[in-house]
Amino acid sequence: MDISFALVGKGYVIVASDTTAARSIVKMKVDEDKIKVLSPHLLMAYSGEPGDTVQFAEYIERNIRLYTIRNTHPLRPPSAASWIRRTLADSLRSRRPYAVNLLIGGYDTSTHTPHLYWVDYLGTMSEVPFGAHGYGAYFGLSLLDRYHDPEAPLEEGLATLRRCLDEVAKRLVVTPEKYKVKVVDKDGVREVEI
Amino acid sequence: MHARQSPIDAYALGWDASTRSVQLKVLRALPSTSYSIMARRYDSRTTIFSPEGRLYQIEYAMEAISHAGTVLGVLSKDGVVLAAEKKVTGKLLDMSGSKEGGYGGSGEKIFMLNSNVVAGVAGITADANSLVNYARQAAQRHLYMYNEDIPVELLAQRLCDLKQGYTQYGGLRPFGVSLLYAGYDPHYQFQLYHSDPSGNYSGWKATCIGANNGTATSLLKQEYKEDISVEDAIELVLRTMSKTMDSTTLGSEKLEFATLTLDADKKPKAKVYKPAEIDALLQKHGLAKKEEDTASA
Repeated sequence: MDISFALVGKGYVIVASDTTAARSIVKMKVDEDKIKVLSPHLLMAYSGEPGDTVQFAEYIERNIRLYTIRNTHPLRPPSAASWIRRTLADSLRSRRPYAVNLLIGGYDTSTHTPHLYWVDYLGTMSEVPFGAHGYGAYFGLSLLDRYHDPEAPLEEGLATLRRCLDEVAKRLVVTPEKYKVKVVDKDGVREVEI
Repeated sequence: MHARQSPIDAYALGWDASTRSVQLKVLRALPSTSYSIMARRYDSRTTIFSPEGRLYQIEYAMEAISHAGTVLGVLSKDGVVLAAEKKVTGKLLDMSGSKEGGYGGSGEKIFMLNSNVVAGVAGITADANSLVNYARQAAQRHLYMYNEDIPVELLAQRLCDLKQGYTQYGGLRPFGVSLLYAGYDPHYQFQLYHSDPSGNYSGWKATCIGANNGTATSLLKQEYKEDISVEDAIELVLRTMSKTMDSTTLGSEKLEFATLTLDADKKPKAKVYKPAEIDALLQKHGLAKKEEDTASA
């Protein structure tokens, strides 16, 4: 039931995810942060099989951190995404694969470009201007296709995201009540209210 | 001659070079008798410290390198330049393969480690070949895992981890090889690193390994200018090389040469010069014939 959206704008990436943790038909928690900050300029929204998600996200978080400590500079977003995809693809071919879908957004400080990667639990990866996972994708992608502008300033990007969330609220049978939205740009990661 | 001049370090890693030169001064200051006896007692094993706290085999390996052909590297804003003196030469040596083969050069001292790193080696060639092979594998492993060219410092670290292992795990001989890495990555742009048999590495603006490295380094120290261009770096390298090498004439049979620059797409482009290109380059800088350049300097 997790819903996540992400989109690229002029020098930034917005990553949004709902904050519900549900089990069967019960909402267990409504303030769960499902976006990990992997490095000063890297975000990862994760969704999928409960349990797998947190386990996998923490594994990724700690290994990206280890790389940063060992090598004095963090992995750039394209390399980090490639490594995460590889980890997921290797997991898929193991006895007990992780069923986790990801949106990886980052800002490359060496080339000054924002990057967004859509990754699913099969290890499919694609660099995209916008992306979504979960039921939200059914309502949001057409809106993003119509309204997304890669050159738009942050306010416009957030307005586009707002449209998607409103549509989900209007049409989806079970709508999440809250979203967490994080932005990554040249100044790093910050949370914004929507 | 291997005591290095004070390092012109680029990335605050020069400390190890200066510590080493202090260490080697101690080596020379010791009375010859005690030195040789001590050395003999403790030099058979690479991993045993002498009572003065030294590893003789490692020092001998470095000594061996200071007799090898000179390798010279200069870093500039828009590229890195490497030149190497070939030792294995002669009228009867069949060089026909080196004219066209591979990516150019005769492949004795300058090697491509990855599309963004070229290395010059000084020391035992067989050891160097083994290290080059290891480096290429390490670079490909990184490409496989991260889908990017390996950062230059990381590649130097990989090799140094291997070399360091031979100073600690018993029974084996250390690699008798020093390397200069000329590379590019998006993190720190163009870079020049040096690594020695002990597993130390350091970043440089201009440096030299092998025979006469002291003379060459002091020449480089005098002549090197901040924000030098690649063209000027090429000239500096050739001029320094012609002054340092023992032979009177400079030609493609004694010299290997490579540059690393960026192409039109801002991707690193390594060029290992072919013999004909080296001769043309020497001609261009007026260093092809005699040592008139040395006289004028």
